Amino acid sequence: MLKDQDRIFQNLYNDLGSDITSSQKRGDWVNTKELTEKGRDWIISEIKDSQLRGRGGAGFPTGLKWSFAPKEIGSRPHYLVINADESEPGTCKDRDILRFEPHKLIEGCLIASYAVQAHVCYIYIRGEYFIDGQKLQVAIDEAYKKNLIGKNSAGTGWDLDIYIHYGAGAYICGEETALLESLEGKKGQPRLKPPFPALIGLYGCPTIINNVETIAVVPTILRRGGKWFASLGREKNTGTKIFCISGNVNTPCNVEEEMNIPLKELIEVHAGGVIGGWDNLQAVIPGGSSMPLIPKEKCETLTMDFDSLMEEKSGLGTAGVVVINKDQDIIKCMARIARFYKHESCGQCTPCREGSGWMWRMLERMAKGEASKDEIDMLADVTKQIEGHTICAFGEGSSWPVQGLLRHFKDEIKKRNKFDPIVKENRNIPYLVDQHLLDKNA
Amino acid sequence: MSLRGPAKDQPENFEFSSSSLEAAKNIIAKYPEGKQQSAVMALLYIAQKQNNNWIPLAAMKYIAKFLDMPYIKVYEVATFYSMYNLSPVGNYFVQVCTTTPCMIRGANSLVEACKEKISENESELSNDKNCSWMEVECLGACVNAPMMQINDDYYEDLDKEKTLEILDKILKGEKPKPGSYRGRVNNEPENNRKTLMDLKNA
Repeated sequence: MLKDQDRIFQNLYNDLGSDITSSQKRGDWVNTKELTEKGRDWIISEIKDSQLRGRGGAGFPTGLKWSFAPKEIGSRPHYLVINADESEPGTCKDRDILRFEPHKLIEGCLIASYAVQAHVCYIYIRGEYFIDGQKLQVAIDEAYKKNLIGKNSAGTGWDLDIYIHYGAGAYICGEETALLESLEGKKGQPRLKPPFPALIGLYGCPTIINNVETIAVVPTILRRGGKWFASLGREKNTGTKIFCISGNVNTPCNVEEEMNIPLKELIEVHAGGVIGGWDNLQAVIPGGSSMPLIPKEKCETLTMDFDSLMEEKSGLGTAGVVVINKDQDIIKCMARIARFYKHESCGQCTPCREGSGWMWRMLERMAKGEASKDEIDMLADVTKQIEGHTICAFGEGSSWPVQGLLRHFKDEIKKRNKFDPIVKENRNIPYLVDQHLLDKNA
Repeated sequence: MSLRGPAKDQPENFEFSSSSLEAAKNIIAKYPEGKQQSAVMALLYIAQKQNNNWIPLAAMKYIAKFLDMPYIKVYEVATFYSMYNLSPVGNYFVQVCTTTPCMIRGANSLVEACKEKISENESELSNDKNCSWMEVECLGACVNAPMMQINDDYYEDLDKEKTLEILDKILKGEKPKPGSYRGRVNNEPENNRKTLMDLKNA
């Protein structure tokens, strides 16, 4: 288990208070000026050394992303946008950062803004987190008052303004270009890439978009060194991560742990074990609802990081671990996830808009045992027609969980859905329209 | 993509109150000059708050003029995002999360409680027109499942009995205390904490 002093979010459970005085006691804002004085290149190279990967789901190397920002400010200003539109089912880590560690986030915003030369930073918070957003606003006001942000922020000589923008209940706005559209006051429908936001983003200006957790760990990495962060976890999957363990466990919780921690340890030690014991485990969704589920056999040895989960044809995503035990109907669980995606599809690309509804309706029927056996292959076919044929990754996000179900629980579906729709013999069906065509003597 | 239409009974006029007007101006100042369209989402919230939790068409027209943008663009935004209520929902708007992590911990019993106490169908006003409920997608408090949101507040770690109690309170016009209803502190594992122990005991 990770040592307590290596945990970045000391106030994850709000033992200490989230106000500025107690945050400063924990080490926030202590030597921000010294850090920025070492220069942009040092900050970016330190982040590259730490091998920090984005915590929002895709796992893109953060240092690399920052280095895409233009080196000089041209005619267009640069923007930093923080993605706090946390809506992935199974994930609730950013909420805790917003309400309990807001100063880590704000300080991270200052350092990141300095590194990518942005004078304005927008924090896009999902509308449902209004109360948590208010807490962040209080922290921002505190920081303004102490001159930590604003003109000559924290004595660094850099001007920075931070604004909160609330979303309004659209999952798709967690996709970075949809988020930008939403920030511009439009419907949240993703843009085609390229051009990438690092060059043409918010209002057509260079924009760097990062997840809340990614930005909040930056100050600590710079203070303790990229090498320290890289020493945790394993190569290319370094550092610590907040895991959210929900579902059928005895003590569901958020916990910050080292990357590459065994899944079994996460569930047994922190979440108090599966309800009904480990043998009652049916499957685990390892990284939020869009990642394919993993059956019990593989959960024994699985370790939680980007690459090892990729080998299992799943992914770490946002590290929202949803545990499903044998008391649950796995097809129904997945049908509910399919309903989520049907509800949240933005409607821009036909394969996703129509396909997500198809998948949901088929799975609902399969859960009830009303589907024909041919439909199992048809469902697999539908997922393949969505995946890779949409503007954004929502297509993958909606079809992967269904593919995961088909990969690991096909037998269960087959057992329940035996109905064969093809009429193999003549039957006397009075309401059949083509009755007169039937050969009565056959 | 959710399909929602505006309410049949629409008020003729809408205008920001003086406090709304001030709030709106503060919000527009957050965005660069000429990019006031960015404020449309926040302004719709202000209109919704002022107009008893829902947005009439007149408000959309008003906001379109206010921000100097086409009415259809405001209408697009208001109908795209699910948190804008296009018809009356009452003073207390109950949203029950029923996505998988909540579902497998018994969100269905919360829905039953709402059906018993508020109204038979979702998005239907209660008898006194003061309250309505609906099923929503993930509200992002999965480790506190099952949970529901009433107006801005989260009510977590619920079961049917506790939900009935909460609903009784709001039907009487009281405001129940938000947060966990199993007595746990925030997101920590109940009685099973293994991390940051020094801080807990400090």
